[in-house]
Amino acid sequence: MAESERSGATEVDLSRVISYIFGPVVAPTLLEVSKLGCVRGDRRLFSGLDLSIRAGTFLQVTGPNGSGKTSLLRILCGLLAPVEGQIKWQGENIRSLAEDYFTSVTYLGHRHGVKDELTAVENLRISNALNGIVVSKERAREVLGRMGLAGRESLPARLLSEGQRRRVALARLLTCNTKLWLLDEVMTSLDKGAMALVRSLIEEHLAGGGIAIVATHQDLELATGSSQRLELAT
Amino acid sequence: MLRWIVWRDLTLAWRRRADMLSTVFFFVIVVSLFPLGIGPETQLLRSIAPGVVWVAALLASMLSLGRLFANDYQDGTLEQLLLTPQPLFMVVLGKVLAHWIVSEIPLVLIAPLVGLQFDLPRETLAILVLSLLVGTPVLSLIGSVGAALTLGLRGGGVLISILVLPLYIPALIFGAGAVEASIMGTTPAPHLYLLGAFAIVSLIFSPWATAAALRISVE
Repeated sequence: MAESERSGATEVDLSRVISYIFGPVVAPTLLEVSKLGCVRGDRRLFSGLDLSIRAGTFLQVTGPNGSGKTSLLRILCGLLAPVEGQIKWQGENIRSLAEDYFTSVTYLGHRHGVKDELTAVENLRISNALNGIVVSKERAREVLGRMGLAGRESLPARLLSEGQRRRVALARLLTCNTKLWLLDEVMTSLDKGAMALVRSLIEEHLAGGGIAIVATHQDLELATGSSQRLELAT
Repeated sequence: MLRWIVWRDLTLAWRRRADMLSTVFFFVIVVSLFPLGIGPETQLLRSIAPGVVWVAALLASMLSLGRLFANDYQDGTLEQLLLTPQPLFMVVLGKVLAHWIVSEIPLVLIAPLVGLQFDLPRETLAILVLSLLVGTPVLSLIGSVGAALTLGLRGGGVLISILVLPLYIPALIFGAGAVEASIMGTTPAPHLYLLGAFAIVSLIFSPWATAAALRISVE
């Protein structure tokens, strides 16, 4: 502590080291899942799922196709109602939080949620505006530039490639300002550079005390934060 | 928030102007087929005009209802709309308002022109426009429930018609009734009041029903 007061430069590093070592102990539990069960059609995908996720945690959800990764993420964001069990966000059931819960969550699904007729800038600004965040045109350009879309901000999204459209969707992560990220197979159709970019976005998010739950087959190999792995079986 | 949804849907509609125009053309063509088929019997044309124009408006709105949520559903933006931190009925209300502006207002505006083919007097044309102006919000509102319920189903277009057209009957009766009353020379006011009451009732109930149906459809 005394050392960290002496120089500003090492303070940042030290606090990161401390959160790295003690993070799992110190950080508050934000998301609690108890006895969660999911049934799709007449098939039970999983049951009795318990999770306790602290701030700054990265949770990778893996499992074979059809094991319920997407269903789990959709249940966690509130799109799908679980057949049993409950989910608590900061100690409160997400059912009773209703719309207030959505101010803390960003969900990106298989389908990007990018409108073909709108330009990249319009897509980013409108999706943020609907979440109550005003993004200026300049800020939107800057964010899209960071996502590697400089020069293509004013093209309708239908003229972009699949990977570029995915980048437009991912640009929301830079502006959304939410604690809980639920990312479903975000790495599909992304090139190496974009994957590294997503990795660094998640690392920044975790360092800021956020939670990222990612359903993916690839290993993300994050440098920071505490990583957990959830393997869903069929 | 509501403003952004309306603006978004209006922008999208403007970028796909062809869809909007096809609804208007459908309306104009269907209405025009009757005078051509029946011939220049002004008395008969005048008496069928209210029903024909109103039925054509109902059918034309069927065309556009299928697109109300389907496009958003396919590209995943509907999920994002469901996850916005605002009551879902507000989202629905915004989309319905945009649908009314894009798909129904053009019908209201072109109605006096197609009404001329039926040899309707000027006052009656005014009542026709007024009845459509009061009645078309009902079409968008009740139609949105049907659009949400049939989302993601195969043959959803036909299903919407079967679900929604019977619910349009009160609007059809009072709307056409107002125009008929005006042709007969009596006051159309009672019909218009009842039509307005029906519009208010559907404004109160259908956004909630649509919101509930959307949640089920996305699951």
